[in-house]
Amino acid sequence: MFVARSIAADHKDLIHDVSYDFHGRRMATCSSDQSVKVWDKSENGEWHCTASWKTHSGSVWRVTWAHPEFGQVLASCSFDRTAAVWEEIVGESNDKQRGLSHWIKRTTLVDSRTSVTDVKFAPKHMGLMLTTCSADGVVRIYEAPDVMNLSQWSLQHEISCKLSCSCISWNPSSSRAHPPMFAVGSDDSNVAYGGKVQIYEYNENTRKYAKAETLMTVTDAVHDIAFAPNLGRSFHVLAIATKDVRIFKLAPMRKESTSTGPTKFEVQIVAQFDNHNSQVWRVSWNITSTLLASSGDDGCVRLWKANYMDNWKCTGILKGDGSPLTGSSGQPTAMSTVVGSSVQASQSALNGMSAGRYFFPPLDPPRAGTRYGHLLPPSSLIENCDVEPIQPQQQVLPHRLSSRALLPLPEAEGQ
Amino acid sequence: MEEVDVEPPVTNIPAAAAGKHLGFAWGPGDILVYETLYKASGAKGSGSPFIHEVRKDEDIYSPILRKLFNESHHIFVGLQTIREDLPSKNKKPQFVSISKNYRSVIRACMEELQQVAVSTQDAEVATQYGDQVSILLAIELIWNLCEVLFIDAAPAGSLLLHLLDWVRLHKADVDEKARDVLQSESPAEHESYWDVVLGYVLQGRLEEARQMLVKQASLHPAARNMFKLMDTLLSKMPFYNPSGTQTLTEFDVKWRHWHEEVDRCLQDNSFASNQHLEAICKILVGDEDTLLEHKDLLSTWYHFLVTRLLFCHPTVKPTELHYYAQSCLTMFLDSRSAPEPLDSILLAAFEFDIHQVIKDCSIALNNWWFVAHLTDLLDHCKLLQSHNLHFGSNLREFLLLEYASGLFTHHSLWQLAVDYFDHCPEFGRVYLELQIERVPLDTERKALKVLRICEQRQMSEQVRSICKIMAMRALRNNRLGSALSWSIRAKDAAFATLISERFLQDYCAKGTFSDLDLIDNLGPAMLLSDRLTFLGKYREFHKLYGEKRFREAAKLLLSLMTAKIAPRSFWMTLLTDALPLLEQKEVIFSADQTHELMFCLEELTSSLNTAPPGTDKPMQEEDIEVTKVELLRLALARNLAMAIVKEGTVEA
Repeated sequence: MFVARSIAADHKDLIHDVSYDFHGRRMATCSSDQSVKVWDKSENGEWHCTASWKTHSGSVWRVTWAHPEFGQVLASCSFDRTAAVWEEIVGESNDKQRGLSHWIKRTTLVDSRTSVTDVKFAPKHMGLMLTTCSADGVVRIYEAPDVMNLSQWSLQHEISCKLSCSCISWNPSSSRAHPPMFAVGSDDSNVAYGGKVQIYEYNENTRKYAKAETLMTVTDAVHDIAFAPNLGRSFHVLAIATKDVRIFKLAPMRKESTSTGPTKFEVQIVAQFDNHNSQVWRVSWNITSTLLASSGDDGCVRLWKANYMDNWKCTGILKGDGSPLTGSSGQPTAMSTVVGSSVQASQSALNGMSAGRYFFPPLDPPRAGTRYGHLLPPSSLIENCDVEPIQPQQQVLPHRLSSRALLPLPEAEGQ
Repeated sequence: MEEVDVEPPVTNIPAAAAGKHLGFAWGPGDILVYETLYKASGAKGSGSPFIHEVRKDEDIYSPILRKLFNESHHIFVGLQTIREDLPSKNKKPQFVSISKNYRSVIRACMEELQQVAVSTQDAEVATQYGDQVSILLAIELIWNLCEVLFIDAAPAGSLLLHLLDWVRLHKADVDEKARDVLQSESPAEHESYWDVVLGYVLQGRLEEARQMLVKQASLHPAARNMFKLMDTLLSKMPFYNPSGTQTLTEFDVKWRHWHEEVDRCLQDNSFASNQHLEAICKILVGDEDTLLEHKDLLSTWYHFLVTRLLFCHPTVKPTELHYYAQSCLTMFLDSRSAPEPLDSILLAAFEFDIHQVIKDCSIALNNWWFVAHLTDLLDHCKLLQSHNLHFGSNLREFLLLEYASGLFTHHSLWQLAVDYFDHCPEFGRVYLELQIERVPLDTERKALKVLRICEQRQMSEQVRSICKIMAMRALRNNRLGSALSWSIRAKDAAFATLISERFLQDYCAKGTFSDLDLIDNLGPAMLLSDRLTFLGKYREFHKLYGEKRFREAAKLLLSLMTAKIAPRSFWMTLLTDALPLLEQKEVIFSADQTHELMFCLEELTSSLNTAPPGTDKPMQEEDIEVTKVELLRLALARNLAMAIVKEGTVEA
């Protein structure tokens, strides 16, 4: 892996969340500076800030995109006890030319009496529904019955979880075999209060959400939680960030046809990693759930992957090198791409689980006669190279090149 | 078997390390990383000025490797269509030729990269391309060996010939040196002269060695006999000819005979006066110490292995290879540290441990291209034992899915990935569903392309979702026609209703319809929603009216109300539309029809009157409304009178 580009975010305070839109062409950032910024990716891959506005009167914890079937819609939640829904308005054409977009507040959800710690849209097959959870231990599910009028949201469900909530995740499965289901985590650190992850399931008959399961083995504070895409399997996979990274498998047990209660699950722990040494704060799956990323107190992002035998292991680490780029302040739209020192890391490129280790140490000059000399290109190549002598510029090539080039260039031999 | 090192690689991010956290967000082909602090609420930090975009797979973005992906895609698709029912004997040559096609694609790519690496003036690019060349070289080396051992699976005798070809192909520096020597003024005195001769002998290229030796012989007339003897030994060395009539046993007897002759020459000290010829003789007899003295010429343990087999065990069987390979590796690397990944991989191949080869390659290489394609080919050759995942997928599918997922992150290569997913029976479809709905729909054209792929595969949910997204986008940009046609395609009744409503509102405001083409040609799609039906029918009324087919127009207009197709809110507009028809000189509405119209008007006005008073409509507007109703009543009454008169007259 390598840092392809660095983006000057220009938030005045800590960034708490960054969220990609469904297609990966836009992103939203939120910060303790109470603002949200929206960024658009241009054809050449550069990010441009197209909107930046004050959203809340407290730190903004999370920002998330609705599915594009519902238009361009964002939701944010904050320490100011509210969640808000924002919609992009197609503005005047000269705004577009200037690369700006307009976002207007459609609603403020004020039901919580404490900090709103997470906000998530429900899977799109359920309609436009928004879920919040808050430090007072309540999960709230709102619905916009008319997707063309996002100023009207009705509070459909209010579920008390008894414990201060820190995170929620919807089961993305749209299979008819799986009723709507979400998991909620609590960051209450009192081990005596029992399991910190609760699973709720919608009951068609009562039209209410009922608790289906509590993961009793997770007794420490939970900071984040994420269901994996279902992949058509009969069971669900749930990743949990607590004092370590845990991956659970939830297999619905066969229900008796007469039973009307919630589904019972066979809960099985698939993997558990304490490599972050202490608290783990975020977990998240990639699109096909082949990779899980986690962020922890060791200051690293770790990537986890299962091989074809379903053995999980760490396949990559992203680590701060202690040399933050010093911030450049600028206009919201001024986007400088900084070529960081770590661009050098591209020499050891890798992909997913592979280590990107070359067979050949890159600095080994592959002269004939060394161990790797035999791996010189076929002679036909060498002829081609010889008939195209490099003109004077070659002398100004840094020394590094001549020592690393596969073919000793004529000048290089003299050096 | 030693495992290839599996410590997870660390990527440095230019961000503060201690005491801070790294936040992240998954993107389609990258991961965004930023500095943050997750501790308790209200934590104040110094701000996090940068978000870093970390890429997984830079190979995808190399314009030259893109050709590798494109061309190998064709080979892959061709391989999938090889018929299952052919007897395996007939398939083998096909598999070998497919394997060679893959390798020639690698070679072509390598040559192009090499040219760019050498001709570029950008040191960074040169380094990057140089690295890629060395990876491709290794890939081709491994692939070629796998082809010899697994796919071609040559028996004893032919096996060694294939291995010789393998070594010759991948150690071409002898030819290069030979050219230098031959181009010099006095080749026989060139400093590399003997290296070239020995290099030829070590690769079993004895004809070429003899030609070189002639040059030396002419310099030493006194040693003429000695050179002559060497020439004879070299020319007489037997090589197995798989297509000839000779059996392997006959070859073996002949070879032993020759070997004894060489040995005799050595015992006789025939070459004692010339150290170089003596060394050649010792090599011919397979003396290990002498071979190891020429490590620099052999340069690798596997060259050593093949040379040793050539001069000691030319009839080696595939099953015996691993024994020689292991001992050659140990002998060759004695002074060195642990074997490197490439060594382990080749050794695993010599041990016929296919699984280990694939596993080690996955870890050591920086791309999935190689393992995915090689494994797929080996699987078609029925060489893989299935390593079942608990959900039933196998190694081949696992690797193909990884490779195809990587392709999907690229703005144009994703189309290749579709075919790979198609050939993964377990999870291919689910992966494709998850990935394809995230392809950015930048233009209508791209949306249609994605849509076609989904439609071909009956992915109805993805089709619906794409149409819905496009409809929503068109509506947001006020392109009603496009929005309507996308929502018809999505079979989204609610949205079609909503857009029809907009069309009608637009009509009420402007008195004209936009997107006439679309509305005129709705056909059966009109039935998707009531409102859309009304829109279509109402437009039909306008057309009839325009064509002065008043009677038909009047009938349609009336039926829109009586059949409850028109929403009540629109009745006043419809009745107003009836006004000019009522005031024609000719009677258009019959007496019955006029009665029905009057009934509609009464129904409408009575429901309006029941509306709570105090509506904040301005006085003036209400006046207009009242005047309109009075005008209508008047027109209706006059028309009724005329109709009764007319109908009475006709009947009489």
